[in-house]
Amino acid sequence: MNAEYVLELRGVKKYFPIRSGLLNRVVGQVKAVDDVSLSIRKGETFGLVGESGCGKSTLGRVVLNLHKATEGEVNFNGTDVQKLAGSELRRLRKQMQIIFQDPFGSLNPRFLVKDIIGEPLRLHERMTEREIDKRVVELMELVGLDATRRNRYPNEFSGGQRQRIGIARAIALNPEFIVADEAVSALDVSVQSQVINLLMKLQRELGLTFLFIAHGLNVVRHISDRVGVMYLGKIVEIAPTEELFAKPLHPYTAALLSAIPRPDPTRKRERIVLQGDVPSPANPPSGCRFHPRCPAAKAKCSVEEPLLKEREDGRQIACHFPLDEGLAQ
Amino acid sequence: MEEKLLEIENLTAGFLTVGGTVKATEHLSISIEKGKTVCLVGESGSGKSVTSLAVMRLIDYNGGAILEGSIKFQGEDLAKKSQDEMIRIRGNKIAMIFQDPMSSLNPVYTIGDQIAESIMLHRKKGKKEARKMAVDMLRLVGIPAPEIRVKQYPHELSGGMCQRVVIAIALACDPSLLIADEPTTALDVTVQAQILDLLRSLQKELGMSILLITHDMGVAAEMADRIAVMYAGIIVEEGSANEIFARPSHPYTEGLLKSVPGLEGARGEELYTIRGNIPGLSQLPEGCRFHPRCPYAKDICREKAPPVMAVTEDHYASCWMYSEEGGAAAWKNETKPEVSR
Repeated sequence: MNAEYVLELRGVKKYFPIRSGLLNRVVGQVKAVDDVSLSIRKGETFGLVGESGCGKSTLGRVVLNLHKATEGEVNFNGTDVQKLAGSELRRLRKQMQIIFQDPFGSLNPRFLVKDIIGEPLRLHERMTEREIDKRVVELMELVGLDATRRNRYPNEFSGGQRQRIGIARAIALNPEFIVADEAVSALDVSVQSQVINLLMKLQRELGLTFLFIAHGLNVVRHISDRVGVMYLGKIVEIAPTEELFAKPLHPYTAALLSAIPRPDPTRKRERIVLQGDVPSPANPPSGCRFHPRCPAAKAKCSVEEPLLKEREDGRQIACHFPLDEGLAQ
Repeated sequence: MEEKLLEIENLTAGFLTVGGTVKATEHLSISIEKGKTVCLVGESGSGKSVTSLAVMRLIDYNGGAILEGSIKFQGEDLAKKSQDEMIRIRGNKIAMIFQDPMSSLNPVYTIGDQIAESIMLHRKKGKKEARKMAVDMLRLVGIPAPEIRVKQYPHELSGGMCQRVVIAIALACDPSLLIADEPTTALDVTVQAQILDLLRSLQKELGMSILLITHDMGVAAEMADRIAVMYAGIIVEEGSANEIFARPSHPYTEGLLKSVPGLEGARGEELYTIRGNIPGLSQLPEGCRFHPRCPYAKDICREKAPPVMAVTEDHYASCWMYSEEGGAAAWKNETKPEVSR
């Protein structure tokens, strides 16, 4: 265990059974997360990108032990979270929190805002009502909400304000590690930038470590120190943000980056348009999972699965023919 | 001057509620030339979708009404048409595609039936012929193995494929205007790129005009000939796509462009933000609707709504900054921060 890392995943798999027929037998498995290993340093923001269905949210939930992994280890500060139970698990929960995507669905409409933010305090801390109230006021001010409105219901708040309530709840217990699952995706752009700024401020002030899951690549680029790209349950590339965006090595990363519409009509489009759709994770292609859609696929790709390896220059990539090595061959 | 296909003039549309009439768009004027694409850009609640519903006269079914103004389409005023007349126009000369492809398709009919339905209704074709045309339409929108797909149900197709089917239905009767309300918002970026490419090539092939509604300035930059930026029910800036991006002139447009993190340049720094929130339509501020959030707001902005001013030829903004009455000279002397992306 390297002390520098808060979180280390080793060979994590999460399969969901497909049941069918009269006897409800397991007829197959959806391989939502398939053999993922990655490490997140203390105080770092690790961005996880990929298209819908690639398993990024499932991975986030496995990390928080909201799903039990089918196989593999999830080490948080040196302990495997999957082996914990009872009071140890409760203690761990204080350290790891989640911010959800939907600011409407993630807050109970029948709870007052002060009860939503105060709930983790009630569950985990021995605090009096007065102490809880004081902490709620403190938290609301920290996330930029008017604390005099704590006796109101969530429906009286706008989308951006609700997301701030969700953030206040997540940081209430002073966690070390937060999974932000599409935390800004549902917000309008003018509000989105406010919430991004808030997350970055909180990280600086509270020393948080983020696993930032999103499909908005520009937001991920802005907020993350390192980025992992997922495709069909596998991580295909991990790199420091600047390097990944300046020089993607995996053909999928390159296609993903080129697909983003740029706010500049004079720019010439150099787009790699991928053919077809993402295959089903219940029946992934043989060899490299990306090979049926890959513009650079060769015979080897359909037979042999490339593993995520670290190269000499420190870049991690799972591809037989990385984009910068094509020239040499 | 190019031929105008659609001319919306002074359109005010809204909803009748218990608390009175809520105007979702006010005094909106916009026109689309033949074969061109106009983008309506704005955040949620800015009135983009209501504008498209008004053009289709679908607003009548949503508890709303056109309160003022005209919608001239091929010389006829759609605002004055009866619903019986509109039925012959909708899905025929004007077609619409919506955001969520899964819920715009009927899950209990095959894809072929759904495409054939509008061909049979508007083109008066028999079932057999309509079926054959449905296969042709599927081929046109780039669906592989159309003869097999035509017999499938929506749940057997992916989201991107479903959106292609929705486009096939919309184009089945060869419309002259296609209204696309956030057609790619529910899709992943790689699929979005496919659909935008498809729309562009179909437009070239069929010569239709597109009214594209989006919240994504990137999508607007790729697709639009002209852009209209909407805020709280009014158009605050309008001009050619190149002009809007080269010289964003309304403080709201400027803010929108600045608050989106880019794919190049500096990162990790604090993002530009437009302070506050989008106002609700029943509690619009006095004067300029943007003034509580505007970094340049002056007294006149709080009192009077600004007129539409020409920034350059063919580029308009609704802002006191460009009017003599608003003291354009004084504004010019202030250093306007550079828009950086």
